[in-house]
Amino acid sequence: MKPKYFSIPYIVWMGIFVVAPIFFVVVYAFTTADGYPTLQNFAAMSRFTPVFIRSFLLAFISTVICILIGYPVAYILSREGKRVQRLMIMLIVLPMWMNFLLRTYAWMSILENTGLLNRFLAFLGLPALNIINTPTAVVIGMVYNFLPFMILPVYSVIVKIDRSLFEAAQDLGANNFSVFRKVVFPMSLPGVLSGIMMVFVPAVSTFVITQLLGGGMVMMLGDLIEMQFLGTAYNPQLGSAIALVMMFIVIVFMYFVNRFGQSDEKAVGA
Amino acid sequence: MKNTAVSTVVKKPGILGRSYTAFILFFLYAPIFILITFSFNSTRSRSVWTGFTLDWYRSLFLDSSIMNAFYTTLIVAVISAIVATIAGTFAAVGFHSMRRRWRTPLMHINNIPMMNADIATGVSLSLLFISLGMVLRFRLGFGTLLLAHITFNIPYVVLSIMPKLRQLDNNLVDAACDLGCTWIKAFWKVIVPEIMPGIINGLIIAFTLSIDDFVISYFTAGGNVMTLPMQIFAMTRRRISPEINALSTILFLTVLALLIVINIRESKQEEKLHRGEDSRDR
Amino acid sequence: MKRILIVTLVFCLLLPAAVFAVGCSRGEGAAGVVNVHNWGEYIDESIFRIFERETGIKVNYSTFETNEALYSLMRRGGANIDVIIPSDYMIARMIEEDMLAELDFSNIPNFSLIDERYKGLGYDPGDKFSVAYMTGTVGLIYNSSKISEQIGSWSALFDSSYSGQILMFDNPRDAFGIALKYLGYSLNTVNETEILEAYDLLAAQRPILQAYVMDQIFDKLESGEAWIGPYYAGDFLVMQENNPDLRFARPVEGTNYFVDAMCIPSAAANKTNAEIFINFMASTEIALMNMEYIMYASANFEAAEIFAEELDPDDYSVMFASYDVLANSEVYAHLPRNILELYDELWVELKR
Repeated sequence: MKPKYFSIPYIVWMGIFVVAPIFFVVVYAFTTADGYPTLQNFAAMSRFTPVFIRSFLLAFISTVICILIGYPVAYILSREGKRVQRLMIMLIVLPMWMNFLLRTYAWMSILENTGLLNRFLAFLGLPALNIINTPTAVVIGMVYNFLPFMILPVYSVIVKIDRSLFEAAQDLGANNFSVFRKVVFPMSLPGVLSGIMMVFVPAVSTFVITQLLGGGMVMMLGDLIEMQFLGTAYNPQLGSAIALVMMFIVIVFMYFVNRFGQSDEKAVGA
Repeated sequence: MKNTAVSTVVKKPGILGRSYTAFILFFLYAPIFILITFSFNSTRSRSVWTGFTLDWYRSLFLDSSIMNAFYTTLIVAVISAIVATIAGTFAAVGFHSMRRRWRTPLMHINNIPMMNADIATGVSLSLLFISLGMVLRFRLGFGTLLLAHITFNIPYVVLSIMPKLRQLDNNLVDAACDLGCTWIKAFWKVIVPEIMPGIINGLIIAFTLSIDDFVISYFTAGGNVMTLPMQIFAMTRRRISPEINALSTILFLTVLALLIVINIRESKQEEKLHRGEDSRDR
Repeated sequence: MKRILIVTLVFCLLLPAAVFAVGCSRGEGAAGVVNVHNWGEYIDESIFRIFERETGIKVNYSTFETNEALYSLMRRGGANIDVIIPSDYMIARMIEEDMLAELDFSNIPNFSLIDERYKGLGYDPGDKFSVAYMTGTVGLIYNSSKISEQIGSWSALFDSSYSGQILMFDNPRDAFGIALKYLGYSLNTVNETEILEAYDLLAAQRPILQAYVMDQIFDKLESGEAWIGPYYAGDFLVMQENNPDLRFARPVEGTNYFVDAMCIPSAAANKTNAEIFINFMASTEIALMNMEYIMYASANFEAAEIFAEELDPDDYSVMFASYDVLANSEVYAHLPRNILELYDELWVELKR
């Protein structure tokens, strides 16, 4: 008995529960409700262009905001003492252990028209903000939920950068900013890339955040798919087609993000 | 491996940097503290403080659907984490001893559930279960929920064990074999103890993922079975009750307590192991 | 060594089967179970304990949000369900698509307590598949401390002076129903031009809406988060208890009058238990408990009479308005397939 056979049960398992389900999505996407092959599910998809655009746009905005907010946090953390780093990482991870529905729900209480934020503004004598049930509320919800997914990978890469590189760069006359620009930032790109993956994919496909903070007014791809399977318009064939197209676009997007990252790394290496 | 000790050239962050991090932490925690505060509010209002009460905690424990959901979540998490850990350990050892030509594509397939959007995993599994259900005459329910959880847990277990296997000294295994150990014996006596930290890590990850999952459960559990996250979602779709806040508070405090315990244990262990030890993989 | 391999393999392949066995046997009492699937906020859950004590049958309770979501769940074989409580038009659709089982009325003697007005209705003309549970109407609920005018027409939902304060039904049939009524058409029109006209109206309404909601409306109207929205008469009475400023209006253009009835899916595993449960629900005592809790008009005439005696006359008129006293009001009918598809399509179009 050789150890490589140990994995056979799991390979069978993957065949049934990982590969076959994707096969089913493909089959459903290309059939009618009566089981005949068709392309009409894809032909019907042009109607959903606004939903596709909104999903990718909001996910993109959220990802960018997560980078802008999260990168500095990771960078600042990496320069703290070891004890502080450890404590801070724990503090950043801790909210993630609380169910994300609850965390999103908390934002409902804050952003509502009669919610805490507006009460606070009224207390200061400022005009109320109408945020709940708008795309802004959805973006806030996504940034809040996914920010740790950006901070942690970036941090874990920055913290491993060899400190002697900084010294070398400084010896060669680089100031702090150019050390950051020429050494730290390029070397931290792999972390940023995995951060982008971990933020963008769940953001583009969310339906919970839109339903809680969007009030049924901000439809994204996740809502559209959910609606076809569990919601008001039962059409799993169309739902599969939408899911397939979404996966395809995400894969293409990720491919280009990775390509961009690699070419950048090479440029640094050269 | 360089450690992260601050070298002389890298300055510690200044007041600006620190207040920025403090602000981000405030952003992360403010909503949670608001939830906790209003779990003690005497009326249903989520923004006006009207007085202190513990009623929501009482009604939370009397709410049979929430408690049922809680037990379901716990049972699914325990079973799926254990099964996934066992299956994942065998799978990882198997993958490790394969040639790269086979290992690489299999690892890619293994990674699919991790890389894919949850909703896509949920939808695809639900289509599989529905189709199989029509042939084998079963319906979505506890069984399909459990299968789905095992499926999305195994990849994380495999991934947390693989680095340990790479660190494993193959000579150890060979030596054991030379001394007359069979492969199975070598597996139990040499490999498993060596990769134990990875296995435990995988078990913990699987357990927490399973407890926290909403999207995949939502698509694969059907209408009869509810996990706690599904129950929370249903509650937010209905008349909102501060029971949700009470539940959040309890969960938050539990996690906080767990993390503190784990942290204290870890730092004690680290002190015991002397400083030179490799700490690459936590 | 081969043995171990084989054992592992068999273990892993048998696991799914074992899992199903565990899943199926879980939580069954001696007299079995009944899986009840109902609207949220639509039953007094304490009756389950009474039922379990009386019969020894364990109740597994779960809820749905819209008729359409219930339909989706059943079509994909999403659950073991023994009792459902859909509305009239959905019952008709389910009967047509063979999704419901014929009831054995020898197990449901309390059917005799159901008001004759709720028997033999269009959705189930032969009374074979359903036992009416509750009835009611849809109306406008508004906050009189925010809206000083007297509301009497659906036009209030399309009035831009309430922009940002308006709620709307989050399901196609009810949303389109309101638009069609406001335009003076039938709820059940099969004229595509009329439906498209309703669509244009809803599309124009979208920018001034606060949200599309179902049961979230309780919270939003009670707290003053929103000012006006359409919902069910019974729910209004519950909301008014929590916020006395709320008022109910029955629009002059007419509205939807509905009957929700208990049915058994054709795939139900515990049909007899389901019939016992339906009989229990139809009894006067339980109907009274449910009526007091949800404030909808029960189809049980004894319960309705008893309850009406102790009721405030204003509340009575809200709760017990039957469709023969309501001018222009209609019950939803089951629509032909092409119209249903048009609804689905326009609904997504509206929300995109």
